[in-house]
Amino acid sequence: MITTTDLTKVYRSRGREVVALDGVSIHVRPGEVYGVIGRSGAGKSTLIRCLNLLERPTSGTVTVDGLDLTALAGRGNRAGRPLRRARGGIGMIFQHFNLLSSRTVRGNVELPLEILGLGRRERARKALDLLDLVGLADKARAYPAQLSGGQKQRVGIARALAGDPKVLLSDEATSALDPETTRSVLGLLRDLNRDLGLTVLLITHEMDVVKAVCDSAALMEHGRVIESGAVSDLLATPGSRLARELFPLGGGSENDGPTTVADITFHGDSAARPVISRLARTHGIDISILGAAMDTVGGRQVGRMRVELPGGPDQTAAALAFLREQGLTVEIPDPGTLTERLTGEGAR
Amino acid sequence: MTWSEMRPLLEQGTIDTLYMVAWSTVYAVLGGLPIGVLLVLTDRGGPLGNVIANKLLGVVVNIGRSLPFIILMVALIPFTRYVVGTAVGPTAAVVPLAIGAIPFFARLVETAVREVDRGLVEAVQAMGGGTWTVVLKVLLPQALPSLVAGLTTTVIALIGYSAMAGAVGGGGLGTLALTYGYQRFEDGFMLVTVVVLIVIVTAVQLLGDGVVRLLHRRERA
Repeated sequence: MITTTDLTKVYRSRGREVVALDGVSIHVRPGEVYGVIGRSGAGKSTLIRCLNLLERPTSGTVTVDGLDLTALAGRGNRAGRPLRRARGGIGMIFQHFNLLSSRTVRGNVELPLEILGLGRRERARKALDLLDLVGLADKARAYPAQLSGGQKQRVGIARALAGDPKVLLSDEATSALDPETTRSVLGLLRDLNRDLGLTVLLITHEMDVVKAVCDSAALMEHGRVIESGAVSDLLATPGSRLARELFPLGGGSENDGPTTVADITFHGDSAARPVISRLARTHGIDISILGAAMDTVGGRQVGRMRVELPGGPDQTAAALAFLREQGLTVEIPDPGTLTERLTGEGAR
Repeated sequence: MTWSEMRPLLEQGTIDTLYMVAWSTVYAVLGGLPIGVLLVLTDRGGPLGNVIANKLLGVVVNIGRSLPFIILMVALIPFTRYVVGTAVGPTAAVVPLAIGAIPFFARLVETAVREVDRGLVEAVQAMGGGTWTVVLKVLLPQALPSLVAGLTTTVIALIGYSAMAGAVGGGGLGTLALTYGYQRFEDGFMLVTVVVLIVIVTAVQLLGDGVVRLLHRRERA
């Protein structure tokens, strides 16, 4: 539904060049919720603005719903009619909502309909339908200043849906909201995705957002996509950065003597089975749990756990083999990263 | 001078002043609004980003802004005569008043429009809106309270300028104050014209503030 190939964006100012996007290729399948995650400055914001060409990519192509937008853009900074029409079919919501304070809630939802050229009565009918869809039918005559953050974002979503888009771009839409409101707005996005078949691409710096709604995800750093794919696949991939970021594990060994620390990733069916106690019983060993992070992703229990087994690598090989037989991903963290993670990620 | 002598003069003077101010305000808005908006649109990163056009426009506006009004008025006499056929009287005074007020109002418009959140422009562009949509549905409505405040300031500046126009035979309260109050030493008459000017300025300011408050009320509910 959305494909970018080798997307590059270079900002030039006063002779200096800043590479915001460095050859980004992503592929978003129809009907999925795709999360792009990364820290500030990773290039997420530039990426989402390149998808509807609010920013002109320096090179590379953007295809949305089979339409090559970069070809439509033409030269110069002004958006021609074909590009503007294509943008009408792509909804977008923003971190700071970007509602017009001079218009009522209904007026805000009607704005894209005015741009599409609908008549007065049809605009009113459609705006009220959309407000009903996001649960704000009773606020139609209120001004944005009278609404809470979550309500404002719901208006933003209603407005984004006005052009019957197949694609919704979400630019840190929940980052200005409290956790409770974030959950409810993400729930709404999930519902819209399921009920309307809406493809959602969201950018966020909050790992919880990815856990809560994303089918697929891409991890960005320094303008590049480091990892991408279905969230469940990424979790099952040994050494996945995204899995580590989603389920950060702290905790190093405090025992003296030879022990083995292992990071276990639970996914799929294995998450439901009592693997650890079975290991302890069948191999007769004591297992210390140093850290764990479990959550529900896409309706399934997944997570990671850091455990410590007595004995060096030779003694524990059989136990680790048993875990792998159970369908778990087992990694031995590098002792160097163990302490690094204690001070680094653990502190986050 | 008695009150019965002053009254007809004051009435005509007030009418002339209001006439000059009203028409020059109309031209100030017609000229200043588009120029002010263009100053924002053509700025770097704006929807019509064009650095050269922006700089040129800025220079023209600055020249208009930097000339003292009394000098502008005298310098424009040939032009005024060409446009309205005469350089004396209230209608003639409208020409330099309008030309002086256009860059003044343009800068106030620029400031007001620049205050509009860039995110709103981006949102409308993301919906498929073009530059006209951005101007008519976002920039002007969102800047309206500041625009009205700027207009109030412009009208009051024009009242001041229109009094200055009296110095070159513009008519209105300024002419009265100069010919009767200053040249004939009628201190009483001078005082009355000043009071009338104060009343007009206060009325305009109160009206402008009232409208701004009304516009703000819905936004800051």
